[in-house]
Amino acid sequence: MTQTAPAGIVRRKGLRHRLMRILLFAVLGVFCLYYLLPLFIMMATSLKSLDEIRTGTLVSLPRQITFDAWLKAWGSACVGVRCDGLKPYIWNSVLMVVPAVAISTALGAVNGYALTKWRFPGANTIFALMLFGAFIPFQVVLLPMARTLGVLGLAGSVSGLILVHTVYGLAFTTLFFRNFFMGVSDGIVQAAKIDGAGFFGIFSQIVLPMALPAIVVTVIWQFTQIWNDFLFGVAFTVGDSNPVTVALNNVVNTSTGVKEYNVDMAAAIITALPTLLVYVLAGKYFVRGLAAGAVKG
Amino acid sequence: MSQAAKRGLAARRLFERLLPRIVVSPLFAASLFFVYGFIAWTVYISFTRSGVLPSYTLDGLSQYIRLWATPRWQVALGNLFIFCTLFIALCTAIGVLLAILLDQRIRIEGAIRTVYLYPMALSFIVTGTAWKWILNPGLGIERLMHSMGFAGFRFDWLVNPKMAIYTVVIAGVWQSSGYVMALFLAGLRSVDDEIIKAAAIDGAGPLRTYASVVLPIMRPVFLSSFIILAHLAIKSFDLVVALTGGGPGYATDMPATFMYSFAFQRSELGTAAASAVMMLATILAVIVPYLYSELRGANK
Repeated sequence: MTQTAPAGIVRRKGLRHRLMRILLFAVLGVFCLYYLLPLFIMMATSLKSLDEIRTGTLVSLPRQITFDAWLKAWGSACVGVRCDGLKPYIWNSVLMVVPAVAISTALGAVNGYALTKWRFPGANTIFALMLFGAFIPFQVVLLPMARTLGVLGLAGSVSGLILVHTVYGLAFTTLFFRNFFMGVSDGIVQAAKIDGAGFFGIFSQIVLPMALPAIVVTVIWQFTQIWNDFLFGVAFTVGDSNPVTVALNNVVNTSTGVKEYNVDMAAAIITALPTLLVYVLAGKYFVRGLAAGAVKG
Repeated sequence: MSQAAKRGLAARRLFERLLPRIVVSPLFAASLFFVYGFIAWTVYISFTRSGVLPSYTLDGLSQYIRLWATPRWQVALGNLFIFCTLFIALCTAIGVLLAILLDQRIRIEGAIRTVYLYPMALSFIVTGTAWKWILNPGLGIERLMHSMGFAGFRFDWLVNPKMAIYTVVIAGVWQSSGYVMALFLAGLRSVDDEIIKAAAIDGAGPLRTYASVVLPIMRPVFLSSFIILAHLAIKSFDLVVALTGGGPGYATDMPATFMYSFAFQRSELGTAAASAVMMLATILAVIVPYLYSELRGANK
């Protein structure tokens, strides 16, 4: 122990600092594994044959990669009595999600705009009352909704689901756009009003082009929510009109025949792919949506 | 200008002035009908003797008395309590830890954040399917541990009525903890650097700085993440259905699965409505005070 004090302290500090950094990265790395491992296991399992699944372990790599499970999940796995794979149900989900997202986003944009830039007496109360719809547990509307869809002749149909998702998405889309428009200065709108521009003129010419980020956030949020929905899908559709999440659950929980874990995993990945893709491509907006939807959860 | 033209112009002006209200009102009406009207209907039905078909004759609290006397409902509530407590505690602990670690000027922070948050993009059904396989009593983790030399390792939580609810916690935490991380990371980024510097000058180490300076500032973030997690937990339905189907038996039932099963499988509308009203009441108890303080804050 002959080292001089100041240098020693600096050295020790440097060493300690380095150790802390290593520890830091070790912990972060362990958590990366924790989050990624299930995805890896799903991937690996989906590429194995059933024999290999029985002889190997969860994390062993497939010795012989086979896409049979993927083909089966896509085109011939049995969902209930029908054995066409997930393909028709993916199509149902697409048919549901595209109009539901488009309509709820468009209505939310107009609504948010009217409530912020054309304030009229009671606008705040109306907003607060509409926002409440974002917080309710949907169980409390399931029974009357089922009856209403029956009366409208939409029971068990994709159109019925579009209506349900539009109606209950409206609270969120209005919230997103209202919050966005609150941050936009009134000056531009006022000037346009003085120039004689009307409600929809200002909306389409001035406000909408400005609101592009809000539109992206809302579309991504709605897309993820509606694509991933299970409750409405399982409650309001039957068999052929099931969205893909319901079909996936049926594939996994069919109790007949041999349990095909590789097909289950392939089906799960196929179901998750659209939202994962959106997340990877537009993660920034996805996170913004999460923060904006933070009031909801 | 003729009288008629003037009147026409005035009418158009009036229409222009009322247009925002005309646009908002059908949307507001839809919300009144589909949210408030439907809630009113469910509440009403919960006070009737409705069975397979709705009956509109009031019958007092009989459905609620039946509901609370149902063992399955008591199991569902017990599970909700276990799930809520562990889910919120673990998600918050992991989320705060990861946010603090990621806040240490990590160069690949963006990539790591992406990894931590991707489960939020998945459907709970996908998450449930994945974990159902991982926790598979025969071929899942148990087999993995055996192959690593732990021959006596047993892991049967998924089919063990006493432990199955904890598998729901495991999968739920995996999916939602990244969300809490994102909320806290955003919160940490908004903390004034001066405060942290001041703490460092006062001789506080990093641990102390976080524990007694930074985290107390984050109280609003704790509050909102608590609300979000509680809300998620009370509504949790998909995850239970995909992971355990409420089983074994009804060992992992939660209020949401209970309600669904009574409404759509057993067709006991009155009891189902009563359980839905209980869920709404629970959520209101959590959210109304929060909303109240938020809106009051916003109006200032």
